[in-house]
Formats: sequence, structure tokens, C-alpha cells
Amino acid sequence: MSRSAWYRLLVVAGAIALLEVLCTAGVIDRITMQPPHLIARDLVRMLVSGRMNGAIVKTLSNTLLALVLALVVGIVVGASLHRFRALRDTLDPLFATYYAVPVFAFYPFFIVVFGLGDLPQVLIAFMLGVVAVIVNTLNGLDRVPAVLMKTARIMRLSPADTALRVTLPSAGPYIVTGIKLAVAYAFIGVIGSEFIMSRGGIGYEISYAYTSFDNATMYPLIVLILLASVAINAALSGWERRLLARRGLR
Amino acid sequence: MSAARRPGLRNALLLIAALAAIWQGLHWWAGDVALASPLATLRYTAKLVTGESFGMHVFDTLRAFGIAFALSVVIGLLVGFWLGFDRLSGDALEPMIVAVYAIPKLTLYPILLLAFGLGVSAKVAFGVLHGVIPIILFTLAAVRNTRPILIKTGHVLKLSRLQMARWILFPAAVPEIFTGLRVGFALTLIGCLLAEMFASQRGLGYLLMTGIGLHNVELITSVTLLIVVFAASVSVVLLQIDRRLHRRV
Repeated sequence: MSRSAWYRLLVVAGAIALLEVLCTAGVIDRITMQPPHLIARDLVRMLVSGRMNGAIVKTLSNTLLALVLALVVGIVVGASLHRFRALRDTLDPLFATYYAVPVFAFYPFFIVVFGLGDLPQVLIAFMLGVVAVIVNTLNGLDRVPAVLMKTARIMRLSPADTALRVTLPSAGPYIVTGIKLAVAYAFIGVIGSEFIMSRGGIGYEISYAYTSFDNATMYPLIVLILLASVAINAALSGWERRLLARRGLR
Repeated sequence: MSAARRPGLRNALLLIAALAAIWQGLHWWAGDVALASPLATLRYTAKLVTGESFGMHVFDTLRAFGIAFALSVVIGLLVGFWLGFDRLSGDALEPMIVAVYAIPKLTLYPILLLAFGLGVSAKVAFGVLHGVIPIILFTLAAVRNTRPILIKTGHVLKLSRLQMARWILFPAAVPEIFTGLRVGFALTLIGCLLAEMFASQRGLGYLLMTGIGLHNVELITSVTLLIVVFAASVSVVLLQIDRRLHRRV
């Protein structure tokens, strides 16, 4: 393990130990927070008992649906916009300011239109993720070296071959950046909107536990989400780094 | 300059016209129960803005946002400079900060509410939690990527750490830091609005939730429009400054 990894481990362990001490010493009272060892115990119990399985499956399947939609639409739109310069220039201000607009502000509207089912949450998650995919796909396609495209033309590769053998490998690392962001945004969109207003899912369970002062459910669920998103993010970052390293970009 | 700006302006106008057309289309498709038409929304917005309680809501949101953004900038710059300077801490903590960015932070809101109580401090804390991360990350990258020759010059001139930050690192990093501030601005606003949507009695986020509760479509649409217009126009201005700063370097 590298020095920075040890450092990181030390910081996390120190923070947990500090919380443990503060909680058991009573500086942080029980109503506010439980000591970490109790949270861990409750989390294990909750997972073993399986009473949250329904919520977990619902959240995961909605996230996956939104993610797939965002990736397919994002990559197709990105690749098409790369061809149509005029349209891309028109949409550019939209992309540049997109993430300044709170997408969650549209959630009430979606609830009114589509009802309180899964669709509004999937749509919010899709809207959050899709622009990151478009922008990164465009960025990746912009950076395909012109000499490679020329080589492909000299070799008389068909458009499909060019895309598969030249464009995709060179644009790959940037597209992976888009995928990584889309995964994060899909989670944020689904869990966030579940938390705001919904009829099920992990976000809903957290907000329900909060309103009923059920800390024994709320904290383990929050920790579960933290662990899941950190693990997924770390895995995708590793993939991105390996791809970039293979291209000699980092 | 004006030659470069005119197509930009034309594109922006075209885009606004297209978005308005889509809005009108959605209105025809979804009907009055779901989405107010652009015209009706503008009329309602005019009434809303001149109404008596509206000023209070806007003031409340802007106050929470102002405090949160100021805190984000101060904390973000300090932590960013520290992590940029100190290689080991930077390497160790940067992935953690990136990971925090990917967490659905709404789920942390109950903890903040328990820790800070109802009211403006929980809102501010939530805004800072969102806004401080991009400021840290951009500042860190900017400080780290300062051209080595500049730093060597500083060493030759025997500058202290503080002088180094003030006279070399900060000026060299300004464009990148500004990008961080621009992103941080947007995220702080999002954080504050989200915080207002729960457990709050005032502010634009609260108005949105009231709109859902009362099923007042015109209110929902108007407030959404106001938030979007505010966020988008400030961000366009910041983007212009950002691009000019980057061009200068």
C-alpha cells in the first residue's frame, strides 16, 4: 500500500474512532447519532433480516434503467451532434449552463404529469446524467487524432470499422469519464427524488425513518448508500485511470 | 470581439425560442392540470413577484445562499491551497473528496438537520456541503499545475510560503479557481434550494413544496421558471468572465 493510501486509511479510521468516543462519552447525544459500532451492527442485522431488500431492489433497478437510458441517448446524441456543427453550436450554451440549473426543481412537475410511480424518479436521474454523457462523448470525439482518421480513410475502412477500431478506442477514456459521472448522477437522481417524495426505495426509507425518529434504521441506510456509492465510484475511477494510462494520457 | 459574440447571442436566442416552443408543446400535450402555459406562467409570475410574502421567501433563500457561498469560498480556497501545497495530503484526500461528490448528499440531510436544527444554519451547511467540493478540487488542481518555472523563481527570491501563495500561486491559479467558483456557485444554490424543500418554512424551495401540496400548478411552474432563469443567467455571466480569464493566460 502506498503512503497516501495509509494516510487515507488513518483519516477514515481516526474519524470513526472520534465519532465513537464522542458518542459513547455523551458529547453527541443518542437522539442525534448512534455510535459507529451500533450503526455497523444494525446495518448487518438489517441486511441479514432482508427487510430492506424490496427498497434496495427498487432503487437499484430504477438507477440501472436511468443509467442505461442516459448512456444510450447520451452517446447517440453526442455522436450525432459531433456531425452537425450548427446544431451543436446552438446547444452549446445549454450544455454550459445545464448543471447550474437545479434539475430537482422539475421533480414536482414530473409528479403532477406522471403520478407518483417510478417514472418521475427515473426521468430526473436520466436528465441529470444524460448531459454529462453527451458532453464527454463530444469531448472524446474532438480528441480523436486527425492522423488516425486519415489512416482509416487510407485503409478504406468502412464507417462501422472506423467507429469500432479507431474512434471508439481513442475516445474511450473520455466516454468512460461520462459513464462514471452518469452512474453518480443516476444514483443521486433516484435516491434524491425518492427522498423528496415517493412511495418506496432507499431514499424513501431514510426520509421515513427520519420523520419517525428511527435512528436505528436511518443511520445504517445512510452508511449503506455511502459505502455503495464510494465503492462504485472507486471502481469506475480505477477503470478510467487504466484506460487513460494505456493511452499514455496520464 | 463583437464578431465572436454575435453568433453566441444568436445561438442563445435561438435556444431560448426553442425551449419556449417545447414548453408550449408540453403544455398542449399535458394540459392545464400538469403544466401552466408560458404566457399564463409569466402572468402568474408577475403577480407572484409583486405579492407581499414573495420578497420574504426570496430574501430568505438569498441570505442562506449568500452565507453558504461565502463559507464555501473561504473553506474551499483554504483547503484547496493546503492540499495543493502538501503533496501527501493532496494525494491522500483528493480521492475522498471526489467520492463525496458522487454521494447522493440528500441522504445526509437528516444528519445535518439533527446536528444543526431546523432553520437557516442547516440550509447553509447543506449549501456548503455541495458548493465547497468543486472549489477545493479546482483550487487543488490549479495550485498543483502551476508552471514549475514560476515556483523556482519564487524560491530564488526566497519568498515565504505566504508570499508564495499571494504573489505566485494565486495569480497563476486565478482562471482555474474561478472555474471552481463558477461550479461551486451553481452547486451551493442547488444545495440551499434542496435543503429548503424539506423541513423549512420559508424560501423558494419551500414555495415549490407548497405548490405540490396545494396542487398549484401555476405556482410550481412560476417558481421553477424563476429559479432556472436566475441560475442560468448568473451562470452565463460567470461563464463569460471565466472564458475571458482563461484566454488571457
